Amino acid sequence: MVTLDKLAHEMGLTHVCGDTDREICGCYAGDLLSWVMSHAEYGHVWITIMSNINVIAVAGLTEVACVVLAEGVQLDPDAREAAEKQNVCVFTSPLSTYELCTLAGKYINE
Amino acid sequence: MGENIRFHFDVDGDDFSSAGAASVEVKKQLRKLGFSPDVIRRVAIAMYEGEINMVIHADGGTVDVEVGDEDITMILSDRGPGIADVEKAMQEGFSTARDNIRSLGFGAGMGLPNMKKYTDDMKIETALGLGTTVIMKVNV
Ligand SMILES: Nc1ncnc2c1ncn2[C@@H]1O[C@H](COP(=O)(O)OP(=O)(O)O)[C@@H](O)[C@H]1O
Ligand SMILES: [Mg+2]
Repeated sequence: MVTLDKLAHEMGLTHVCGDTDREICGCYAGDLLSWVMSHAEYGHVWITIMSNINVIAVAGLTEVACVVLAEGVQLDPDAREAAEKQNVCVFTSPLSTYELCTLAGKYINE
Repeated sequence: MGENIRFHFDVDGDDFSSAGAASVEVKKQLRKLGFSPDVIRRVAIAMYEGEINMVIHADGGTVDVEVGDEDITMILSDRGPGIADVEKAMQEGFSTARDNIRSLGFGAGMGLPNMKKYTDDMKIETALGLGTTVIMKVNV
């Protein structure tokens, strides 16, 4: 398993908030929140282009290790506040979802 | 065994930013009570989908949670428009959510199916023009 710290570094992610001291065991990419709730799991990296406050609630409920906002998307201000309060880890990246997935796949041994 | 633990929440109708607050709180409490991660995840996700439905489709409502020795019961009750065809509403992908809701990432038509998937028992009582009550149980 790879730590979030190391993975974020390897993938060149920009840290926004939250603890990075976690182990990563998988990855899920998607923007429809019900699908994410159905498939994303504890310890996953969740890659999405959604940036509203509900993303933080879903990340907290599913206990994914972090949210990665793709395509240069920035976290909404109220979402950032909620993320800080609930200690949900968020990163941003200019890369596309596809590029992030292929990168993540290199470092995650599922 | 001792008396069952109960929680009650009012879910605000037009407030998307606080939607999920009840689920997050219940999750926290269940963790304190020492339930397994699997039970906590199932309760939290089923309840969140129900909460979101009350916000999107019914202008809010109430959530009551009862923690018993054998199961956790969630009762989500609203005075919204009701559901015309429950069987149809339960189908994956069926949604009457509007585009502004979809742009937030909701409205995939997977909420009720998720609630069914994550719980051991689910009942929907609904009447057009009067409201909807969803009762879900997760065995512990
Ligand atoms: N509490 C409710 N009150 C009225 N209608 C509801 C309620 N919950 C669900 N519905 C109806 O059932 C449909 C399917 O619900 P769901 O599977 O959660 O999908 P979604 O919420 O994404 O539309 C909704 O689009 C809506 O028409
Ligand atoms: Mg729904």
